[in-house]
Amino acid sequence: MRFTAPLADPRAPLARRNPVAKLAGSLIFTVALLWTLDPLTPALALAIELAVVPLFGLRYGDLLRRSWPLLVSALGLVVTLVVFAAERSGALVVTLGPIPVTTGVLTNALALTLRLFAVALPGVLVFATTDPTDLADALIQNVRASPRFAIGALAAFRLLPLLGDEWQTLTLARRARGVDAGWNPWLRLRLFASTAFALLVGAIRRGTRLATAMDARGFDSGVPRTVARPQRFGPADAALILGATALAGGALAVSISLGLFRALI
Amino acid sequence: MSAVELRGFGWRHAGRRSWALRDVDLRIEPGERVLLLGPSGAGKSTLLAALAGLLAEDSGERAGSATVDGREPGTVRERTGIVFQDPQTQLVLARAGDDVAFGLENRGVPAAEIWPRVDEALARVGFPYERDRRTGALSGGEQQRLALAGALAPRPGLLLLDEPTANLDPAGATLVRDAIGAVRDVTVVLVEHRVAEALSIVDRVVVLEAGGGVAVDGTPGEVFAAHGDALAAQGVWVPGHPVDPRQADGPPGPDLLHARGLTYRHPGADRPISTVDLSVRAGAALAVLGPNGAGKSTLALLLGGLLTPTGGTVRATAALAGDAAATPPHRWRAAALTQRIGSVFQEPEHQFITAKVADELALGPRRLGLPAGAVKSIVDDLLGRLRLDRLAAANPYTLSGGEQRRLSVATALATAPRLLLLDEPTFGQDRRTWAELVDLLAKLRDDGAGIVTMTHDTDFVAALADRTVHLGQSGAP
Repeated sequence: MRFTAPLADPRAPLARRNPVAKLAGSLIFTVALLWTLDPLTPALALAIELAVVPLFGLRYGDLLRRSWPLLVSALGLVVTLVVFAAERSGALVVTLGPIPVTTGVLTNALALTLRLFAVALPGVLVFATTDPTDLADALIQNVRASPRFAIGALAAFRLLPLLGDEWQTLTLARRARGVDAGWNPWLRLRLFASTAFALLVGAIRRGTRLATAMDARGFDSGVPRTVARPQRFGPADAALILGATALAGGALAVSISLGLFRALI
Repeated sequence: MSAVELRGFGWRHAGRRSWALRDVDLRIEPGERVLLLGPSGAGKSTLLAALAGLLAEDSGERAGSATVDGREPGTVRERTGIVFQDPQTQLVLARAGDDVAFGLENRGVPAAEIWPRVDEALARVGFPYERDRRTGALSGGEQQRLALAGALAPRPGLLLLDEPTANLDPAGATLVRDAIGAVRDVTVVLVEHRVAEALSIVDRVVVLEAGGGVAVDGTPGEVFAAHGDALAAQGVWVPGHPVDPRQADGPPGPDLLHARGLTYRHPGADRPISTVDLSVRAGAALAVLGPNGAGKSTLALLLGGLLTPTGGTVRATAALAGDAAATPPHRWRAAALTQRIGSVFQEPEHQFITAKVADELALGPRRLGLPAGAVKSIVDDLLGRLRLDRLAAANPYTLSGGEQRRLSVATALATAPRLLLLDEPTFGQDRRTWAELVDLLAKLRDDGAGIVTMTHDTDFVAALADRTVHLGQSGAP
């Protein structure tokens, strides 16, 4: 739950927007970026994203802590590109052992890293400022998602952290029964498979019990549900989506007008 | 308040040969509070599921009739509320108030009425926190109170409670029982193993017979005065029928295991479990007590050589492990471990690996490389001793709770360890299995085994333990 629990000030102007509006805005922004391979568009997008971080009630330090997996993958991306790039055009910058690092390689690595950040950051912003319950409510109320799906997924999501504990218990229980694999990779694989199967069986049983408990409370009653937590989709939410569209379009326009636009297809 | 009427009611789960319930005739008047008793497998949970309208027509075969207020239970589900045993799988949402509101939303209660009714339900069960309290941060007893509030919020006429305190420590169980006792204006049907504690909140006792209807029905006083002995013999917990204590008949033997400054910190936990110093002796039974969350299960894993301590040491003595005593138990290979220390987990199903009871018992001895003849004689002996002979070919997952418990203990005994660690072995057991466990463990102890049980069952401690350690407090000998 660490990567999903909200950590923002919920009263911040963009944090308190409707979750569906936030999700739509971030999707539009992301999709726009996917059209071009140049480094400028993602750079502009990233600048915009970083500029609006305070409007989501997030501190840059918290954001950095939240996005460390992103930083790690970016680093991996740069290393991979520098070592394995097939195309090594441009001027030679430095030679690392047998690897010639050229301006072309660095530009490519930079563009892809910027893309990675620019594409992922909107999602991080949305989930860092959105309570999963509010998201499910908004999906049901504002885009008519099926409650069976949205609430069901939400309830299942709550059971996920239990799986880690369950895995440990099953592993230790096997050792207690005298079953271990030592260093034999084939036995390890078999033990892993048998533990995974037991985990799956347990998860299904728990899921079934939860589903029964939910139906016992009328989840399958067929009566039209009312809502305890109304989610409003107001002009400000529409403005958020329009703003995201305009900014993404603007970034693309700048890149096209400067002749840097490199279409994906 | 709802009335319940069962006439010749029976239910057979699809794919089963025997009836879970049969020929049940029972009328419950509005406002009555009924304690439903019966030995393991008498169909108590099935009866509650039937009254809650949760038995789908295609999931089994029905006989006779069951009605709530004269109607088919499935058509008047809004008149019943049900609370199950496990809090983890009945809370749906992340915030306490939202979870109570869930049932009201489902039933189409107008939005303006929802929050006042949520507050009313939370007040009825004495929920001590705000509505936006995270459900994951509640103790087991608080979670069950919340589940009770969720069941009460739609104002049911009939409240069904399926062992609501079975997963809780004594303090948590008291919280939930008090909350149930305070609920008025509703018909209550309660299934509960531990009768003595439940008697104060009911006014009628109904005993089901395994495979055959209502055996006894009346006020608690009448039922236990007239049938107490017979019920106790059947496995029902009857107040005033204690099991004879079985303290050690000789002095303890040599030390088997030493824990010094032992602790463990779960990855991501704020703080480690409290530090433990203790010695486990042969020929003695040690009981480790402490509330839920004090780290009893973790301590069992540490002593059992299953988990690597993050602080302190566990050392076996030469009496337990011979030359291997130089290495800590958590470094032993699994098969060698099972010859010296047997661990029985709280949930038997976690430890089942094969598809047949007999294979389950043979697994440990086979891993030790014993010849087939020796394995067979061990398996036959255990099947007989633990009354599992008729079940040798059954799948362990299909056994009843009591049978699963006996099997899980038997699997640990198959490799003849000198030290046996059991985590909540009596949890959810009927009186008969309970007494058998006490008897079996006492015999093992008197034959020179060391027994350690993690438990909050005070009767069990009184019946068996020679020594107790309270976790979370100092003073372990």
